[in-house]
Order: sequence, then structure tokens, then C-alpha cells
Amino acid sequence: MAAPTVESTGSETTRTQTITIAKGLNMAMRAAMERDPRVMVMGEDIGRLGGVFRVTDGLQKDFGEHRVLDTPLAESGIVGTAIGLAMRGYRPVCEIQFDGFIFPGFDQIVSQLSKMHYRSQGRVKVPVVIRVPFGGGIGAVEHHSESPESLFAHVAGLKVVSCSNPVDAYWMLQQAIDSDDPVLFFEPKRRYWEKAELDPTTPPLSLGSSAVMRPGTTATLATYGPMVKTCLDAANAAEEDGHELEVVDLRSLSPLDLEPVADSVRRTGRLVVVSESPAESSITSEVATRIQQECFYSLEAPVLRVNGFDTPYPPSRLEEGYLPDLDRVLDAVDRSLTY
Amino acid sequence: MSPEHWTRPSRADAHGHADTAPAATSATPTREQVIAGLRATSEGGADLVQLLTPEGQRVTHPDFDIDVSAEQLRGMYRDMVLIRRADREGNALQRQGQLGIWVPLLGQEAAQIGAGRALRPQDMAFPSYREHGVAWCRGVDPTELLGIFRGTDHGSWDPHETGLGLYTIVIGNQCLNATGYAMGQKFDGKVGNSDGDASENEATMVFFGDGATSQGDVHEGMVWASVYDAPVVFFCQNNQWAISEPTERQSRVPLYERARGYGFPGIRVDGNDVLASMAVSQWALDEARHGNGPLLIEAFTYRMDAHTTSDDATRYRMDDELQAWKLKDPVERLRVHLLREELADQDFLDEVEREADELATRFRQFCFDMPEPPPERIFSAVYAEESPVVAAQRDDYLQYLSGFADAGHDTEGSVR
Repeated sequence: MAAPTVESTGSETTRTQTITIAKGLNMAMRAAMERDPRVMVMGEDIGRLGGVFRVTDGLQKDFGEHRVLDTPLAESGIVGTAIGLAMRGYRPVCEIQFDGFIFPGFDQIVSQLSKMHYRSQGRVKVPVVIRVPFGGGIGAVEHHSESPESLFAHVAGLKVVSCSNPVDAYWMLQQAIDSDDPVLFFEPKRRYWEKAELDPTTPPLSLGSSAVMRPGTTATLATYGPMVKTCLDAANAAEEDGHELEVVDLRSLSPLDLEPVADSVRRTGRLVVVSESPAESSITSEVATRIQQECFYSLEAPVLRVNGFDTPYPPSRLEEGYLPDLDRVLDAVDRSLTY
Repeated sequence: MSPEHWTRPSRADAHGHADTAPAATSATPTREQVIAGLRATSEGGADLVQLLTPEGQRVTHPDFDIDVSAEQLRGMYRDMVLIRRADREGNALQRQGQLGIWVPLLGQEAAQIGAGRALRPQDMAFPSYREHGVAWCRGVDPTELLGIFRGTDHGSWDPHETGLGLYTIVIGNQCLNATGYAMGQKFDGKVGNSDGDASENEATMVFFGDGATSQGDVHEGMVWASVYDAPVVFFCQNNQWAISEPTERQSRVPLYERARGYGFPGIRVDGNDVLASMAVSQWALDEARHGNGPLLIEAFTYRMDAHTTSDDATRYRMDDELQAWKLKDPVERLRVHLLREELADQDFLDEVEREADELATRFRQFCFDMPEPPPERIFSAVYAEESPVVAAQRDDYLQYLSGFADAGHDTEGSVR
């Protein structure tokens, strides 16, 4: 079995090219499967169809039905059997078709997947990746637009990450597959077709790091997933008013890497945390609490949050109002600046 | 009255009154249902596979007969006596305050030893939390179970070394984990080999109870196992009670018949007959190893003690039921058989008793001597790759503890 080194991938991944997030994820799974015969992909409609978002397109054709499994329609079954396969030495990458469908698998994730390593004191490793397209903005029916990441970040034993761009999609998914810990991998579904240049020779950040996406001095925006683009757009707009907003992509939601956020806040004195998910007891709550602890004397204003509302996800004709957008982000920045 | 009638709603008149006698609910079986073999059939019904009668008489079965030597029989008797003794000591240690809880095995020894002795070293077993007899057969010493119930660990044995998964407390979860593991065995090419490789074929056996059959995970496990032809044997110990709820609260049909709906065989075996339990398990595991899995075995048995030491079974079941099942005691049945057929003498029985006494002493002493886990243990092995969050919390907590006046005081054995 080849050692899982990220350099030894096929020719497709050695030249600079323009890719989408969906393509980056596909390339990541392809590279991981080429490197390690124990990597397998499983989920509903991911084989012949290539997934409802086509993220797994072509994988079953190239790697066969025993490595790319079209599973029965049962999320507890997907996670529960992935655990057994991982105990047997496989590295399953599961796709949950939509965020709102993960809950039948919640029991296996919380009761077994997250606790197996601890229960066995490291004798049993369960390197399972669970890919979850999440978030709204696609005009979908109920259960297709949710942001449940905070529920998983609350569970000890799970790593929770979210990519915001094609380059991270490509690297972070490979790193998640290489991880010996279970990883919940949240993919910003409305950004699947965003494009970026991937230069595979540039070494990636580690999976657990946050990243400064845009430097600034006026205020700090900390965010992740689909809201990174929203915050970058907001920072561009704020530039016209002479404000330089620093944007930090958290990338890893559990564990959080808040040092870059704290560094930033010590310079700007102001923090706005942005996420689509409901606000109460969420990732944004955690960031606000910890930055307040770390940077108490640097803060010029209370940490503010821009979230989805603490309601169920609304009917899609209302989602534009529910989802944080450029204006709501800038409104929070203004409130912070005028505090 | 046909069985179909029970599942057909009765017509109601304009006032909402049924025009016939109300249909029986599954919780209150009619006489016909009982006669048809759901539960109170203390004999388990006509399909029950039995090789040893409650009176210890060897009988034959057209499909599941088995050749066992006198030595094997004596070995299984020894297994059952020893694990029963450890089980009784576990109960006693809880009553004496040494264990937080104990989960009694009493009455299910034959089902578990029969199944456990049918497993081969390369097979994998996934237990629930009452599988002390299976653990015994996998070479997990009874003392290794104590940590779970004393609260010093969540499972001390190595599943990869022993071929026994850790005890699983959430009901039914392990059925999916076992099915996934069995799929892996198949993907690894360890199923259905003939000739020289046949001895390397593998199977997985998963243990669960009658209550678990209502869980979605058991259903999903059976669906997955069947569509992937996984080499898994579902071993359901129907001990008649899911804490306080009888089997008819879980099912309208005998549990083994459910297998037909998934497209694989289901067998009901006398779970108090160690010989039949082993014969049926051997057959099922062989089928699975040869690629004819999955299969379901319903071991028809009885939980002779409470659900756990925290339970009071007198609140929900009649003592005469227990008395009736005592007449079918799995250990006594084999003892009578061994003596009647002169396959063992009194010296052998005495020797097993002496061994049981030794085990009991060792078991108790091990429990008394168990060290208290250090506070660092709270934080250990949460992740394969250490979490900075957990590491920081550990360091803070240890720092906090070191601030107390008696910091560093040896608390070992303080529970005594």
C-alpha cells in the first residue's frame, strides 16, 4: 500500500488549472483513491448518477462498484456500515445527500463514530469522512438548505471542517481522508460552481488551521463556508467607504483555530462573526466567547454576530432575507465602528 | 381466525363502533395469537430447533444435527458453569457497592456459549452489553468486563486482537457496524473461497435482543446485509423481555420469521440448549463464510434475572413464569445429559465447581484491586490526533487540581 503522500497523484493534478469547488472535491477523492486502495466512497446516488450535485461524477466508472457504493436509502446505514468498514481497515468517504437528511445518521455519528476511539482508548480507529452539502441560497424545498454544523462541533471526538473555495476543497478533503479521526466535511453547496486557480505544487495549510483571506485594519470578519464569499464581497464594498476589513476563513470548526482571529482583533479592536446557521449556541457563539476571553482589553466594541435567524429554515421565497448578505454584514460593521 | 385478520383493521359503524370484536393489539395477544406461537409458547413453537430436551435427553433434528465429542460437551458445560459463576459474582459485587451496575447473563448461557464456540478465531463478533458468555469464548477474561461496570473504563479489551467488538449500549447500533465489517470481509476476498483458501474464510456474528429488533438500525443492518450479500449472522437472543416490555410489544410475528422479508433464512433455536445453539450457529456461520449470508438466528431463551441490578423484575412479570423457565435451565440440562449418558463423572463436576470457586475468588480480588483511573484519563484518546482544545482543558484542569492542599495524595483503592 502506497504511503498517503499528496505529491504522488495523477498527471491531472500536477498542472495549474481552473477548477470549481465540485471539481476540486472530485479530484480530491480521485487522488485519495489512487493513492490508497482502502479509500472508498459511499452514499445515495453517488455511483451511476455521480451524486445529485455530480461531485462524485465518474468515480464509479473508474474505480468500480466495490469502491464507489450506491447505498440503500438510509443515512444511519451509511454511517453505521462505514464505521464497520473503517474497523476493518477501510477509509470510507460518505456522502449525505443534503444537510437536512443527516439526522437519521445522527445517532451513529454521535453514539458510535465520535466515541469509538475514546471508548477503545485508541485501539480502534474510525477514519470516516462524512461529506455534507450544506447551507441555503439555492431555492430548494424544506430540509435542503440547513446549516447543522454547530450540532456536530458540539460533539467530542469529531473533527468538523468547511471549505470555502476550490483550492481548499481539493486539499482539505484529501487531508480529511488522511486523518485517522472522523471528519464532518461541510461543503457550501451554493458555491459548488465558484471557480479558482489550483496550483497543485503549492503546499496546503494544515486541516486544522484558519486562514486570513484578506488583510485589513478597520475591523475583523470571521466566517466560514458559503459566507466567506459574502464577507469578501462586503470587504470589497467597504473599501469604497475607506474601511479595510480583514477576513478570516475559520476552515476548521472543531477544533477552532482562533489565534489568527485573536491576532487580527488585537490589531483591529472589532470583530463581527458571520454564519448562515441559527445564532443561539452556535459556532459564532463559541468564537465570540473565546475572543472576548482572549482579547478583552483589545476590543473597542462588543463582538457582534450576523447569523441566520433562530427559526427553522424558511420557505425559499424568504431565504434572501434569512441569509446574511453583504448589507447585513456591513450594517454590523457600522454598528461595531460606531459603538 | 386467520393470521391476516389480526393485521386487518376492523370495520367501524357510523358511531365508530367496531362491527366485530375489536382487533387484538400486539400488546394483548388473543388466545389464537398465543397458540400460533408468538410468545407464551414456552416451548418456542413447532419450528424450534432442539437437540437436547429440557430433561437432558438427546434428540435428533433432520437439518441441524451435529457430532460432538464427550470432551466438547464437557467443555461447554465448563464454559457455562464458569461464566454463570462470574455473572453471579458480578451481581454480588454490585450489591456490595463494588460495581455501579451489573448486567446479568443468567439463563442465556447456552445461547451465548453455543454461538461463541461456533465462531472461529478469524471471525468477528459484535456484542450488545450482556454478552459475557460470548466474551468468554473470544478469550476475553471476565475480569476484563469489570471496568465497564465499576466505571474505570468503557471497555478494556482490544477488538482487533480478540475478535470481539466493545460492548455497545445504544440498542441496535452494533448491527450496522457489524454489517459494515462483514462487507469489508467480503471486499477483502475472505468469503466464498474454496479449496485451500476455504479455511481462511471469515464471517461476522452480531448479538442483540428482542427489544433491539424494533430499532431502525437492526432493520437497516438487515437491508444492507442482504443487498450486499454480507457474511453476517444476526444472532437475536429473544429473552422474552426488553426491560419490562414483553416480546409482543415488539412484534406481531415470531422474530425469526422477519428474515423472510429481507430475503434470507431465519431459524429459531432453543437458546437454552447449548448443543442446538452451537449446531445452528455453526451452520449459519459456514453459510456466511461460503457466501450464502446473511442469516438470522433467533435464540429462544429467557432472562432469568432482572434487566440489570437497577431493575426490579417483580414489578412486571409473574414468578410462575420464572419457575417454568427454571425447569429448562441451560446448565442443568447439560449436566443431566452428561451424567445420564455417562459422559462425565462426579469428579469432573467437582473439578468444574472448584474451578468456578477459583474464578470467583480471582474475579472478586481483581475488582477490589482495580486502581482508580487518574484524572488525566478523562482527556486521553479523544482523538487520534491530539486536539488543542482538549489538551488545553486537560492542562488547565490538572493545574487547578495541583492547587489543592492534598494534591498528589494517592487515592488508589479509596473506593474500598
